Amino acid sequence: MSDTASNKLLDIQNLSILLPDGADRRYAVEDISIDLSPGETLCIVGESGSGKSLTARAVMGLLPGPKVRVGEGAINFLGEDTTKVTPERLRDIRGNEISMIFQEPMTALNPVMRIGDQIDEIFRFHVSMSAKERAARALQLLTDVNLPDPAGIMRAYPHELSGGQRQRAMIAMALALEPKILIADEPTTALDVTTQAQILKLIKDLQQQHHTGVLFITHDFGVVADIADRVAVMQYGKLVEMGTVHEVLNAPQHPYTKGLIAAIPKLKPRAAREQSKESVLSAHGVRKTFGSTGGFSFFGKKDRVVHAVNDVSIEVRRGETLGIVGESGSGKSTMARCLIRLMDIDDGEIYVGDQEISKLDRKHMRPHRRRLQMVFQDPFASLNPRIRVGQIIAQGPILQGVTKEEAYKRAKDLISIVGLEESAFDRFPHEFSGGQRQRIGIARALALEPDILIADEPVSALDVSIQAQILELLDKIRKQMNLSMVFITHDLRVAAQVCDRVAVMQYGKVVEIGPTAELFGDPQHDYTKALLAAIPGKDWQTEEVA
Amino acid sequence: MSFWKRFARNRQAVLGMIILALVILMAIFASAFYPDDPFRLAGKPLSPPGTSGFLLGSDSLGRDVASGIAHGAKTSIMIGLVATVAAVFIGVIFGALSGYYGGKIDDGLMRVTEMFQTIPSFVFAILLVAIMKPSIESIVIAITVVSWPGVARLVRGEFLALKNREFVQACHTLGMGDIQIMLREILPNCVSPIIVVGSLMVATAILIESGLAFLGLGDPNIMSWGFQIGAGRTMLRSAWWVCTFPGIAILVTVLAINLVGEGLNDALNPRLRERQ
Repeated sequence: MSDTASNKLLDIQNLSILLPDGADRRYAVEDISIDLSPGETLCIVGESGSGKSLTARAVMGLLPGPKVRVGEGAINFLGEDTTKVTPERLRDIRGNEISMIFQEPMTALNPVMRIGDQIDEIFRFHVSMSAKERAARALQLLTDVNLPDPAGIMRAYPHELSGGQRQRAMIAMALALEPKILIADEPTTALDVTTQAQILKLIKDLQQQHHTGVLFITHDFGVVADIADRVAVMQYGKLVEMGTVHEVLNAPQHPYTKGLIAAIPKLKPRAAREQSKESVLSAHGVRKTFGSTGGFSFFGKKDRVVHAVNDVSIEVRRGETLGIVGESGSGKSTMARCLIRLMDIDDGEIYVGDQEISKLDRKHMRPHRRRLQMVFQDPFASLNPRIRVGQIIAQGPILQGVTKEEAYKRAKDLISIVGLEESAFDRFPHEFSGGQRQRIGIARALALEPDILIADEPVSALDVSIQAQILELLDKIRKQMNLSMVFITHDLRVAAQVCDRVAVMQYGKVVEIGPTAELFGDPQHDYTKALLAAIPGKDWQTEEVA
Repeated sequence: MSFWKRFARNRQAVLGMIILALVILMAIFASAFYPDDPFRLAGKPLSPPGTSGFLLGSDSLGRDVASGIAHGAKTSIMIGLVATVAAVFIGVIFGALSGYYGGKIDDGLMRVTEMFQTIPSFVFAILLVAIMKPSIESIVIAITVVSWPGVARLVRGEFLALKNREFVQACHTLGMGDIQIMLREILPNCVSPIIVVGSLMVATAILIESGLAFLGLGDPNIMSWGFQIGAGRTMLRSAWWVCTFPGIAILVTVLAINLVGEGLNDALNPRLRERQ
């Protein structure tokens, strides 16, 4: 360790990264100065397009050149400027002294190589050790990152591991040569909260053992609160604020930081509201299984049957928002698609008001479509790129027999209700940002004047400030139109803010259901407790509330 | 950026477009330049280019090669376009149905498609024309029959990918019917690849037509480039011009169409567009 000679591992000075001509701005990153000491965690926070990932890549010399390149400034790594060193030296630095972990471990690992071989490769390229020593080292690394059965994992291919295990393997690889700096680019964004909490703890533990400097890129302030020593906030490629985690999170100076922090949903359950007794949507004993039938099963492979939804019963009352929370694979999205009849259920009953809908064929279902509408997760996939916005919104009413003039008039009203400009009517979806598109998706769902809105992760693809606006909009229209809502989310903060009651799903079953305040204040089921305990940054916000 | 601007950025595609335009003009005005029947015996047989009033020489029966090329252009372009439009039409219907419905319908339709694909297309075309007796209709039918499976597979793939997109699911929740979803929602989103494949299919169709005519399976009453080459092949060493000029016409036209197809691909393919 060289922290006696110089107390800075990394010193980025006035770094600018050029974008290709014709991009929406000239610099991806403009005049940024950041430094990192040994054993310290610096979080770079920002929304999408803020240039945080490019900054990290510049340190590694991994900019997507030749058009995106370092314009000015220096990246001093222990006295060496990594923007000026030879490619050979840069390769040596990468992996040996600076290493990186990525958001999606599946794409960062080679799918046709065993985990053990991939770790072995790093040693072979960078240090001279006998095969036996290398194997022993690799095994030790996998043990260090708390992987179960390290010897088995050595022989496994990436697809045989879960997302969390893959990320652990990636971390093992990144730490193989005991680098001085670890760059983590959104390493937990693709993971479930409980896994995320474990990975964050692992990074922290290993950092303390090895005295590594960690440059942690994230968009999630909860993660920042959990892991950072210092925080740098970026906006449009500029550094707007930098300071210790306590300063930035609890006393932000820059208006942008203040806005971002204010936009984070508070982990405080919303106040209980008047409850209506009238049931608008109910499901009883719904089951849905997926399985591969036929195919090559005669080669001795057993058919895999997944019980995506297993005996789920829920009820939504008029004006109520029911949240369904759970991790990936819990069956919450499948449940949403079953409720709205995008999928046929295997068993059970679904009532809209008094009408049983799960057995209706398409023709008889059509008149009831109006009462149930859906808002989708991905605002970029949920609008047809070839159809004008006005048409997209008016389509539903026209199909239900409303005249064209009437439908277009309603579409124009809805466009202003969801907060878009009137000119949006004649434009195509690609001219809008993610948040605006989500507004269009909501307008489309509202055009049929539904009783129940099913929202499947409507804000999880959006930046936190946009997310707050969309949640506000949903709340406003729910009040205005006395809508009932089924709100599917993996984010407990969002659930706490919008839901009256919450159902927690795990492995296709509802393990706990209850009023939001009760469920958050006094969880009964172990899984609910684990989920709540894993929320990033929960201590920070309880402090703030207190 | 507009479509034309993106297209014009590819110089080769613009060159292809210009050549193609010239060939089409030649086909349109063939009767104006050479009002006589191209099969007419116009003068001394086997005159080299530039002699006896023949711009590109004459063949063994004294027919004007230049006139044949001009009138042959009409045949080539017409057959290329008609066969391609028919093949795209059939291919889109097969591909859309099997991609959208999947399951048994998909299995059934795709087995039929594969049946057509297993037979080498040119041999299959010869067989069809030989059975039906050579005429312009039978040639168009043969080319259509051998070229639609490619379109069907392409369209099926696009439909498979698009039918699970959220915007299509949203249409289901609005209660939209299947036909409307296929025609209004999904099909417009796969027009670009269809145009690109279609443009390249025109070139293939012209080649197949020429090949058939070369083998003597062309329509005996219609002048075509393949027929000219076939008629002159025995004299290739003594009268090179009889085969060479129609050959160059085929080469240049097919090359031009391929360049245009490439250019369309660049201009219409959204992934390439993003890269810029």
